[in-house]
Amino acid sequence: MKVVQADIAIVGAGGAGLRAAIAAAEADAALTIALISKVLPMRSHTVAAEGGSAGVVQGHDSLADHFSDTVMGGDWLCDQNVVDYFVAHCTEEMVQLEHWGCPWSRKPDGHIDVRAFGGMKIERTWYAADKTGFHILHTLFQTSIKYPSIQRFDEYFCVDLIVEDGRCQGVIVIEIATGEFVLIAAKAVIIATGGAGRVFLQNTNGGIVTGDGMAMAYHHGVPLRDMEFVQYHPTCMPGTGLLFTEGCRGEGGILTNKNGYRYLQDYGLGPPDPWPRNKAMELGPRDRISQAFWHEERKGHTISTPHGETVNLDLRHLGASKLNERLPQICELAKHFLGIDPAHQPIPVRPGVHYTMGGILVNLETAAPLPGLFAAGECASAGIHGANRLGSNSLSELGVFGKMAGTTAASYATGVVTAPIATLERQAQDVERCALSLIVAEGGRERPAVLRDEMARSMEGGCGIYRLGAEMLAACDTIANLKERYRNLRLDDRSRVWNTEWLGAIELGYQLDVAEAIVHSAINRRESRGAHQRLDGFETRDDASFLQHTLARYRPDGPPQIDYSPVIITRSPPGKRAYGAEAERIEKAAKEASHAA
Amino acid sequence: MPPDPAAGAATREIVIEVLRYRSETDLKPLLQAFRVPFTDDMSVLQGLQYIKDHLDGSLSFRWSCRMAICGSCGMMIGAQPKLACMTFLRDYYPGPLTVEPLAHFPIERDLVVTVGGFVKKIESIYPYLIPKTQRSLDEGEYLQTPLQLARYETFSDCINCMLCYAACPQFGENPDFIGPGAMALLQRYNGDSRDGAQAMRMDLVHTDNGAWSCTAVGNCSEVCPKQVDPANAVNQNKTKSALDFFLRFLGRPLYWEHTASDGDKP
Repeated sequence: MKVVQADIAIVGAGGAGLRAAIAAAEADAALTIALISKVLPMRSHTVAAEGGSAGVVQGHDSLADHFSDTVMGGDWLCDQNVVDYFVAHCTEEMVQLEHWGCPWSRKPDGHIDVRAFGGMKIERTWYAADKTGFHILHTLFQTSIKYPSIQRFDEYFCVDLIVEDGRCQGVIVIEIATGEFVLIAAKAVIIATGGAGRVFLQNTNGGIVTGDGMAMAYHHGVPLRDMEFVQYHPTCMPGTGLLFTEGCRGEGGILTNKNGYRYLQDYGLGPPDPWPRNKAMELGPRDRISQAFWHEERKGHTISTPHGETVNLDLRHLGASKLNERLPQICELAKHFLGIDPAHQPIPVRPGVHYTMGGILVNLETAAPLPGLFAAGECASAGIHGANRLGSNSLSELGVFGKMAGTTAASYATGVVTAPIATLERQAQDVERCALSLIVAEGGRERPAVLRDEMARSMEGGCGIYRLGAEMLAACDTIANLKERYRNLRLDDRSRVWNTEWLGAIELGYQLDVAEAIVHSAINRRESRGAHQRLDGFETRDDASFLQHTLARYRPDGPPQIDYSPVIITRSPPGKRAYGAEAERIEKAAKEASHAA
Repeated sequence: MPPDPAAGAATREIVIEVLRYRSETDLKPLLQAFRVPFTDDMSVLQGLQYIKDHLDGSLSFRWSCRMAICGSCGMMIGAQPKLACMTFLRDYYPGPLTVEPLAHFPIERDLVVTVGGFVKKIESIYPYLIPKTQRSLDEGEYLQTPLQLARYETFSDCINCMLCYAACPQFGENPDFIGPGAMALLQRYNGDSRDGAQAMRMDLVHTDNGAWSCTAVGNCSEVCPKQVDPANAVNQNKTKSALDFFLRFLGRPLYWEHTASDGDKP
């Protein structure tokens, strides 16, 4: 087997992986960094983020406000020490990207501009038109080319981690163009593989978002934390699930039902006027807006289309010129995929799975409980998103915690040595045999695509916007059954060169484990909080029992073991999550009370 | 995942002929025909996914975002370079529709071409900001007016899908030609008011495989799915290259400064 030795191996070259690679290269130019990605870096799913990236810049804004919006948005399931660190470092990361060339949209005076976003009290979302993730990703990729110590492994597929002497010491990868296995021995490994949205049916995610890194860490005993919290983005294209950015509403777009009525006022987000208004109506948090859609659908107030029920995202009042300047990609998507000009017609939208709030358990320094293993970005649960992520916090997270991962891993790598290569190689050969068994196995009957579709349908049924015990139980059973059937796969393709059916089958294995962690975490959380809403006797938040993180631990012969760990609360005790007029009343009362005191 | 045509409204059937090539077993590439049921909103990508999921799992192609921003799924569709995710089967009914790998690139397998050469071209043009003046993070962002941004913004929209290379006759003749996409990226940085490394990049423009290799056919801009207009980037570089050549004799600076009409300076 081919062997490569590096100081740091980074799996995933999206926003977090590239930022980590640059940070590690800058921390110590003598370190060798292997940057591994199953696609060319610019194909990574960061590319599809549209609306923007949070960082406090305005005089009347403050870190305290960004902190409290994030913690309230997460329904108090955030680790507040981590949120404090995060908000304090977002802006410098955005400035860093600017210094690296990111084409941020500007104000006439040449300073960067910010837009409003859901759940954010003050405008603090930096944006590059409506292609913010695309520009961040290309800026980071192009900047990474400056650093000779970053050795890229483009289109290498990661099959497993090497764990030896209780430490993570490398990864085993497949060179996709040849099907050959390569052992990349490393003193530290950073996972930056993104989320797992493709375990659901209608989602905004690219085909590559299959939870690979989460599953690999999970197999080696690292808990997956808060996996039940899956974000449904409220404005997606019916059928394909393609995303229409929250920036549409940040720019003033409204949501109406089949009667032309701004229904969000009926769900604790009103009144509708004056508009636009931060933290109200269409600028509420994503979980609440998706939940409102669910109720409208059951009331029969939605619009039927061949791909399901929809509401209207109405941008007509913004006018063609503003739409072309601020939301050019949205106009292009509407035109090409729906035949609609948003300047003249509303866009039909419905919720779709967008983001996994949970992920690989890491601390503030991005270190997982397994020594030598670090994780950053959507694959990680650093603790900033809680039960519901606010839009524009995830791109900032890539910068803040990508940099942290690179820096921490660099310092860790200088203090350890790897085990003898022969030892690591023996482990790698076992992994190779196991991965190859998928293409050499005879007598199987199951098509991977069939299992994949059944998994996605079952997750949508069991872990939707609202959840029922019986439906979650059914999903648990289906996933367990699919894992059985997975042992009986039959691939059409037995070759090694660019065998994407084989890689898809390995991804399906990852997805089934992640799906199982999600649904078991969900069924055990007997309360409603953020994106996890139940309708079977657990309709309210239960801080006494569940102000806790869920930890799902892998068991090879059955469903995960579910444990809980405390949430770190430093200065914001759990309170009422209020938006619209209610939030304004609470804030006013608090102000009066503080004046009186 | 592609919609299930069986569940959709009006389903029709189209024949898709896909170029197959498996280097381990096939002596040469051959077209293979598949009958694919489709609804009016189905893209060519969804047609290929239907084939892979239901008819032949061994068909290989690149794809990811499905929304024309990741740049993975460029291929020849009806002999034209296009993104499969943004091209619709209804426009080719009743077929047969031919789908082949991007022209001018070596085939690795089925619809998958070798991309390493293209990536090397991108890496060669100093594709990062080399600031005119250093600035610390504490000093905040460089100022740049919307007008200054507009001078390079179009070129920064390139998604690296390589359709322009498949459309470029010059690249077909000379694989070393730096080509439209990399030239657009070069101009993206050279046109950026914050950048100070135009001279370095112009040296690349002057070489045999630089801007002067372009024969101004303009196909690149026609096929670009993001209106990046690489032909314009090449053209701007030819103008500058010629100006540099002229100024050389006058002993003036060898590169274009961001001085012209900078009344929009912040």
